[in-house]
Amino acid sequence: MDEAFSFVFLMLASTLRVATPLVLCAMGGLFSEKGGIVDVGLEGKMLMAAFFAAATASVTGSAWAGVAAAVIAAEALALLHGLACITYRGNQVVSGVAINILAAGLTVVLGTAWFARGGQTPPLVGDQRLMPLFLPEAGDNVLVYVALLSVPATWWIIARTRFGLRLRAVGEMPLAVDAAGLSVAWLRYRAVLLCGLLAGLAGAYLSIGQNAGFSRDMTAGQGFIALAAIIFGKWRAWPAFGACLVFGLLDAVAIRLQGVRLPGLGEVPVQLIQAMPYLLTMFLLAGFIGRAVAPKAAGVPYEKER
Amino acid sequence: MKAPGRSLAGPLPGWAEVVLLPLVNIALAFIVVGVIVAIIGVDPFHALRLLVTGALGSWESIGYTLYYATNFTFTGLAVAVAFHAGLFNIGGEGQAYLGGLGCGLAILALDRWLPAWLMIPIAIAAAALFGAAWAAVPAWLQAWRGSHIVITTIMFNFVASALMVYLMVNVLIAPGSMTPQSRGFLPSGQLPAIAGLPLNLSLVLALACCAAVWVFLWHTPWGYALRTMGHNPEAAVYAGTNLRRMTMVAMCFSGALAGFVGVNELMGVHHRIVLDFQAGYGFAGIAVALMGRNHPLGVLLAALLFGALQQGGAELAFEIPSITREMVVVIQGLIILFSGALAHLPRPWLQLLFARRAP
Repeated sequence: MDEAFSFVFLMLASTLRVATPLVLCAMGGLFSEKGGIVDVGLEGKMLMAAFFAAATASVTGSAWAGVAAAVIAAEALALLHGLACITYRGNQVVSGVAINILAAGLTVVLGTAWFARGGQTPPLVGDQRLMPLFLPEAGDNVLVYVALLSVPATWWIIARTRFGLRLRAVGEMPLAVDAAGLSVAWLRYRAVLLCGLLAGLAGAYLSIGQNAGFSRDMTAGQGFIALAAIIFGKWRAWPAFGACLVFGLLDAVAIRLQGVRLPGLGEVPVQLIQAMPYLLTMFLLAGFIGRAVAPKAAGVPYEKER
Repeated sequence: MKAPGRSLAGPLPGWAEVVLLPLVNIALAFIVVGVIVAIIGVDPFHALRLLVTGALGSWESIGYTLYYATNFTFTGLAVAVAFHAGLFNIGGEGQAYLGGLGCGLAILALDRWLPAWLMIPIAIAAAALFGAAWAAVPAWLQAWRGSHIVITTIMFNFVASALMVYLMVNVLIAPGSMTPQSRGFLPSGQLPAIAGLPLNLSLVLALACCAAVWVFLWHTPWGYALRTMGHNPEAAVYAGTNLRRMTMVAMCFSGALAGFVGVNELMGVHHRIVLDFQAGYGFAGIAVALMGRNHPLGVLLAALLFGALQQGGAELAFEIPSITREMVVVIQGLIILFSGALAHLPRPWLQLLFARRAP
């Protein structure tokens, strides 16, 4: 009995550990997408934030300075995305892809130049990391709780505030918002900046919370899994949170199942479980599990003159 | 901030639109790269000199440049064909991976029995088939189920990667091998190459693909329908085009082109199936297509530049330890940013320039 309890506890803890960056990223992406700005650059923002968090924490010795640097780095990329998509009405997917590639290259280039460790930052110890608050074996650092709080906060802002109402309007029909005398651009910039804030926290969690330092490409597709979670949650906060937990659980299970034979099934390939978030999202998008409808104006630059 | 475009000045002259604006965009990207290099503490002009000599300084380095350019041509054409149909194929990475798998499987199955002149076309066809098949699924999902092709092709990149790792580790690994790679191809399954260089017959295939894309897009009824769909889907429907079928055609063509990366890498260089041979080429194809303005000739020129960057970047990283090969990735990202997402950034400046010169 005791053993079963500790097994469940450990599975829950590791699910939550893996899900935390997904949740933060998904909530950030939700703001952006609700405002009509598609963000495939979550991955790049998170990666850049993870690098600057670890680099700053290792130089200053303070984890909090690392968190601040992560948020600044992610916000810089968010502003770049906003500049390209909102001000210059560029293609939002192209901009997101550019940010991903830029981050993948720049983190290694700067990391090698500054630390000469092949793109890694020095291992972080003590105060350079965010430590677990209550349960050392669960790894519950402060950003885990921030992630858990970000879900009701996101829901409340989007569903219950004036800003949220306008944000949803700008993602569905910017012309109406413009006609009401509100600035489409300023609303969308705020959405993009909120996204940068949360993606920055997700990156900081990866490099100075969950791990003790930055290593190249450490986001490993989690930004895209967060994107999948948004779609899977049909652009709503709580279902997206649920999707993040399911994807986190899949990851935790994949580690457990390595080399284990299941009765009747044989050995389940780990790669299959790792590909599950993407496959499930594809099934959803194909309309086999309900229907996911994006905000109507997502991906479309707004032109005032028309 | 004032909204750009369509401001006081009129439209740009044609040549400025086609030649000057792209060049200004690339120049902006390289200025930012220069700043990054300077931040690292290296003289940007010294770095540029090393890069150019590294890419073009000897016959050997030119050979490497052309070999890299071959891959970039394939993925650049792949993105360009989809772009013309109004589709954004970010799945070049996965399609190239699967193309390599198809090419490799065909060779592993048949190289014992077939002579090279028969083996090579079959392997190339297999690469095209597998690449096309991997693009066909997202295309089908977009055409019939209405899911967005950007999202599905991204997802398929990850699925391809998981599939390949599974196959290489569990199925195709050579007996007794410690690293996940297949057995070597027999000579009949190897493309003729220039001795000592990775440059091989795939370059000819790449040039043929450029010509084929040009003929297809601008000189066949299907190409016309495809471009019409990209410009104005409603007009295409009115003209009798079946949008669903055209989406399938465009994506399958695109995927087949991306799949040829596997021909160059596996049949041309590695002579066995390996993991991650396609790394980065699929995404770089977006930059190549944007820079080449989706025209085969432009793609070819852009691919040559990217090939030179790839080779020159490797030499640069070798000469200056504080610069890594990933500098090339930074340049690719910046080129996508400036000639794609921020393409309209310098337009008002140029408009102002031309407005002042006009009477």
